[in-house]
Amino acid sequence: MSKALFLGDEAVAQAALDAGLSGVYAYPGTPSTEITEFIQNSKQGKAGEVHSIWAGNEKTAMESAIGMSYAGKRAMVCMKHVGLNVAADPFMNSSITGANGGLVVVVADDPSMHSSQDEQDSRYYAKFALIPCFEPSNQQEAYDITYYAFEMSEKFRTPVVIRLTTRLSHSRSGVERKAERPQNPLNIEKDPKQFILLPANARKHYRKLLDKQVDFENDSLNSPFNKYIDGTDKSMGIIASGIAFNYLMENFEGGKCPYPVLKISQYPLPSKLIAKMIDECGKVLIAEEGYPFIEEQVRGVLNRTGNIMGRLSGELPRDGELNPNLVAKALGLPDTYGAPVPELVVPRPPALCVGCPHIDSYTALNKAMEKYGKGKVFSDIGCYTLGALPPYNAIYTTVDMGASITMAKGAADAGLRPCVAVIGDSTFTHSGMTSLLDCIYENTPVTVLILDNSTTGMTGGQDSHALGVLGEICKGLGVKEEHIHRINPLKGHLEENVAIIEKEIEYQGVSVIIPTRECIQTLSRRMKKLQAAKK
Amino acid sequence: MKIDIILAGVGGQGILSIATIVGAAAIKRGMYMKQAEVHGMSQRGGDVQSHFRLSDQPIASDLIPLGKADMIISVEPMESLRYLPWLKKDGWLITNDQPFVNIPNYPDFDALKAELAKVQNCVAINADQIAKDLGSARSSNMVILGAASPYLQLPYEEIENAVRENFARKGEDIVNVNLACMKAGRELAEKK
Repeated sequence: MSKALFLGDEAVAQAALDAGLSGVYAYPGTPSTEITEFIQNSKQGKAGEVHSIWAGNEKTAMESAIGMSYAGKRAMVCMKHVGLNVAADPFMNSSITGANGGLVVVVADDPSMHSSQDEQDSRYYAKFALIPCFEPSNQQEAYDITYYAFEMSEKFRTPVVIRLTTRLSHSRSGVERKAERPQNPLNIEKDPKQFILLPANARKHYRKLLDKQVDFENDSLNSPFNKYIDGTDKSMGIIASGIAFNYLMENFEGGKCPYPVLKISQYPLPSKLIAKMIDECGKVLIAEEGYPFIEEQVRGVLNRTGNIMGRLSGELPRDGELNPNLVAKALGLPDTYGAPVPELVVPRPPALCVGCPHIDSYTALNKAMEKYGKGKVFSDIGCYTLGALPPYNAIYTTVDMGASITMAKGAADAGLRPCVAVIGDSTFTHSGMTSLLDCIYENTPVTVLILDNSTTGMTGGQDSHALGVLGEICKGLGVKEEHIHRINPLKGHLEENVAIIEKEIEYQGVSVIIPTRECIQTLSRRMKKLQAAKK
Repeated sequence: MKIDIILAGVGGQGILSIATIVGAAAIKRGMYMKQAEVHGMSQRGGDVQSHFRLSDQPIASDLIPLGKADMIISVEPMESLRYLPWLKKDGWLITNDQPFVNIPNYPDFDALKAELAKVQNCVAINADQIAKDLGSARSSNMVILGAASPYLQLPYEEIENAVRENFARKGEDIVNVNLACMKAGRELAEKK
């Protein structure tokens, strides 16, 4: 079969389809978004044979996937690393229920924080939940691992994690596909107690999960994705996981590394292989993308002999992505460098698009807030986070999805006046609704601007659950109708918009203002499509 | 054969289409390819880059090591200079010389040209003008691809075929104007 060019994300998606996936559940998040988009645009996705509509957030996505697994079908959940924090409750408990139909959780980490608030390492979550975790090193392996992960999930009746990182998610290479497997038939879980986590059942299932640990490690030990590659120079051994394996091999012409190398792409760690390396080499360099996850386990808390090297011992940097040069330095090989960047080259940070509705919203908000001074606008995760940068300098916080409203509440509880929250439409339905309910319950004096651009903008314009229903949602939650306003964020409406914001800021209760205008990017794409259809 | 290219520009300028076209031509020849792209937040008018690697042997890293790139292909002059640490000593820099100014502190144009002139092997052309003259202002990326084509070690006809396939669904006019842009870029680079 000829090779197709796939991003790492797309290789995962294609493998899931080929492995008989019945549904993907996800909320968009860089660098994981393309997995679900690929399935949406696939033949099976378009025909509705595989469920692929976006979920409201990662928690609802995870729960739906558990439900599909309960019904006997293969389900996949995809998210960025911080999305797993949102999904953590069902994720952790899914390890106790176990899986019926194959249940695969794909988490794309973002070391170096290209588009994120932290660089947490999802391998810890898999270990925390005591379930297997895969870390593909290239696009072909992303495909092969995903295909196998469903089998493994059904064989051991456990959810399985696949951990990607940004570079693999967004790098393209040739991938060879396997045979297509049909979807599972509907087949409800036979054990009536498996999915009822009453304490008595949960204790029993937890012990079962503990018993499975031996099987999981044996599977890792015999895994085709973990490889012990012997070398002639045993003065040092190297453990390299996931994409770090490629950075290591880049430093050796034709992949001929003189040192023994243990490539890790499946966890729990195969302790026998690690023991073999320590026994034979004495000294071991550990290269991994993300936190020093393997290093911590191998060295324990002491490392008295200093024979375990990596991110903790300083041979590799403690934070950020790896690359071939960093690994070369850790190996004691000469570093390479071209000419320096000329001094006149200045940073070009991302910015709100020309014509973006958020620009007009911030212009109006800044004007209304002038008399109150700085530090009173709380914001959230989305394109509008760029309002923190000049020329707007309009917002003072960005912590997590939905935090704008509840942080404004906490500050208002502390006595700060006024407190304004700025949140996007999709972020609001993701995690802002319960925050708003907290404010309504106490009639907290907060003014919430829900910037409605009718899409999930930052990740490229995915459909938003909030489309056309924001006013109704706010009313239903209990915001008084006279304190809900839709405004039009355009230059010509500036004065009336400022007046509405000013008036609601003075109101000592919950008010919601919804500046409504479509994202300039989705609008222009829609117009192009319309024009093409006319031709 | 092995060729490592840094593609550079500003979000939305079409550097990924260059990679798609060259990649398609290379894959047809049975070559290995890896191409690391930038998605997400930095796409919004920020600097974007792609590491693009072709080889007749399997490729290990998705990222090109510093000082090892054979070429920088850029659709924006300041962005082309940002990646000089990746360019090897005798590597080529092929760039559009027309600045894309969306920041208040963009450097002086003449100073920028002087910096480009300092690069040992540099082809800097006004791709915007050429594309505009040929009737498709949006195809300056194809002019740049044309200017880079003599250094790609791939038969020109195969790159042309990849252009045809890439734009086929947009109709013959679009295919032809893109081929013309690429040819104009190639001719200009060969003269330099």
